Amino acid sequence: MIGAIQGLGRRTLDGLRGLGEAVLLMLRILRAAPEVVRRPRLLIEQLYVVGVLSLVIILVSALFVGLVLGLQGYYTLVDFGAEDAVGTMVALTLVRELGPVVTALLFAGRAGSSLTAEVGLMKATEQLSSMEMMAVDPERRILAPRFFAALLAVPLLAAIFSAVGVFGGYLVSVGMIGIDAGAYWSNMQNAVTVQDDILNGAIKSVVFGFLAGWIALHKGYMATPTSSGVSRATTMGVVHTSLAVLGLDFLLTALMFG
Amino acid sequence: MSQRLVEIWVGLFVALGLAGFLVLALQVSGLAEIRQQPGYQVAASFDNIGGLRERAPVSMAGVRVGKVERIELNPESHQAEVILRIDQRYDRIPVDTSAAIYTSGLLGEQYVGLEAGWEDETLGSGDRITQTQSAVVLERLIGQFLTRMQD
Amino acid sequence: MEAAENRDEMLARVRGLCVRRGGRSIFDGVDLDIRRGQVTAIMGPSGTGKTTLLRVLGGQLRPQAGEVHVLGEAVPQLSRAELYALRRRMGVLFQSGALFTHLSVFENVAFPIREHARLPEPLVETLVLLKLEAVGLRGARDLMPAELSGGMARRVALARAIALDPALMMYDEPFAGQDPITMGVLIDLIRRLNDALGLTSVVVSHDVHETFAIADYVYVLADGAVIAEGTPAQLNASEAASVRQFVDARPDGPVPFHYPARSLADELTGGRGS
Ligand SMILES: Nc1ncnc2c1ncn2[C@@H]1O[C@H](COP(=O)(O)OP(=O)(O)OP(=O)(O)O)[C@@H](O)[C@H]1O
Ligand SMILES: [Mg+2]
Repeated sequence: MIGAIQGLGRRTLDGLRGLGEAVLLMLRILRAAPEVVRRPRLLIEQLYVVGVLSLVIILVSALFVGLVLGLQGYYTLVDFGAEDAVGTMVALTLVRELGPVVTALLFAGRAGSSLTAEVGLMKATEQLSSMEMMAVDPERRILAPRFFAALLAVPLLAAIFSAVGVFGGYLVSVGMIGIDAGAYWSNMQNAVTVQDDILNGAIKSVVFGFLAGWIALHKGYMATPTSSGVSRATTMGVVHTSLAVLGLDFLLTALMFG
Repeated sequence: MSQRLVEIWVGLFVALGLAGFLVLALQVSGLAEIRQQPGYQVAASFDNIGGLRERAPVSMAGVRVGKVERIELNPESHQAEVILRIDQRYDRIPVDTSAAIYTSGLLGEQYVGLEAGWEDETLGSGDRITQTQSAVVLERLIGQFLTRMQD
Repeated sequence: MEAAENRDEMLARVRGLCVRRGGRSIFDGVDLDIRRGQVTAIMGPSGTGKTTLLRVLGGQLRPQAGEVHVLGEAVPQLSRAELYALRRRMGVLFQSGALFTHLSVFENVAFPIREHARLPEPLVETLVLLKLEAVGLRGARDLMPAELSGGMARRVALARAIALDPALMMYDEPFAGQDPITMGVLIDLIRRLNDALGLTSVVVSHDVHETFAIADYVYVLADGAVIAEGTPAQLNASEAASVRQFVDARPDGPVPFHYPARSLADELTGGRGS
């Protein structure tokens, strides 16, 4: 009994310590922002790795999500004779929720995991240590460009996701089912607003980009420097990012659209 | 991969992302609509507009001719003052046209439907549609039905 | 020695160093002096903390107690920025080499140069090729680290460590995994770098023969303390049993070969008997 309570206490303390560590790391990374701006080449390289290489999976997923939303939206709305509203449903679902959330989840699996593994392996093979001894701060040289690349890439990917998804909904409902194209767009345009929907969706995706980059890099940087430690860190990075994204999405939705 | 190629790809990626935002802002939320369509304003008062919202469509014979621009409560008459914006190309709507608020489908969005009148004179900017019919509010309808049954 | 015990003579000074890691004491009161312009060797059996000592000197590990002065700075008390400034004047050859796996051999050696100096590309290329030439790997400039043997990787790492002409060079096991010819070249290289460039070198090794060939002064570590020190000649002439065991490479003697543990008999019976 005492043992269980002690275990709980230790876990809580360890968790808090980990959180404090992560916050301090983030502050140091943010302070390196001017250096990232001064050396855009490092940022561009990372934008390629986390952004360009994630494009295919984002485009394909967005198209299919849009197609399914169009189909399901139609099946649901047609019972109420409101099938013209399918455009509204597709667009609001994508812009407010699925765009930012699914993009962040795919990003965690595609780019976040590779960031964790890369940084963890650099640590395990003493590359980070040797960088430190060359008087090059790995937090500035390695972590900062990767973090800012994630922060930029996720909102861009989410915008691409939503736009492609709306197009997918159009293909199904207008192209296949035969809903009037004018009704698809005009109903959507009547319901979707820039300040409420597009802007809030964009804010969500920035928050998720922040989280995805932060968690992935922290897990890699703090990984136990062995192969099992790195693989564990990679898995935990994806799991924690996904949970954090979903939890925070609920909170943000309640705040923004409540 | 050469630095040049990486830069080109990243440039394309950023451009694509910004294009995504542009599509969302212009095509999906209809910012483009607001700017491009020239039109004129017509006012109408309703006893009850139900769930009508700004930017809802205004249609005549099922064709979209404009949209709801503004909704206000008239502090004296306690009626809803609805300002419609009719597209410029529909400039030959008779003055005795009537307006009603309908629902598309059973649960769909509400919109303003115009029923053309017979006069030769046409509506212009700042004119008012006098014949209006309020939205059908489902609860009120059911309430009336129940009170009749009790009689 | 001719040196007046003047502070300038000491490039690094360690007093009363105590380090604990993972609940185990690794150093318990170690005193060391690294004299300017000399090659100082740190020797000792595997696992005694030679790598740990280098990490303490480089400020990567904060000791629990003791003074550590390197190039006139009290390392454990330095701020992050001061520490990085100090490290610009140090070069470290890691035991594993620790090459950047995503960069070619050339780019690995160019890395510290590009990070710390804004030099025109032709000059960077000249510098890098000179360093690679010194370790005999100019021909391997376009290989990736994965395409190198362990010994080659170590030599590339050496070229990278000396790229910025540091004042203090630390080598962690430079000879391990090298063939006899390369070993000879490396010994010669470390000596020449030290004398020609006016460096000070710390060489960590357990190869007695090679180490004695280049070292001016030798410390032998065991059990968390310095068990012997002196010039190679002095150590060779020493009568102390622990020194003899190490110098003559005898398995039995006062220096234990085993990591601290319960007795084998105790462990095999699972301590159940007691
Ligand atoms: N991260 C760590 N946590 C806890 N203990 C450690 C850690 N790293 C090393 N040690 C312990 O410190 C001791 C000294 O390690 P160190 O790497 O300095 O030895 P070494 O003298 O360099 O050995 P070798 O000659 O094999 O390289 C070892 O007994 C090891 O168990
Ligand atoms: Mg070692």
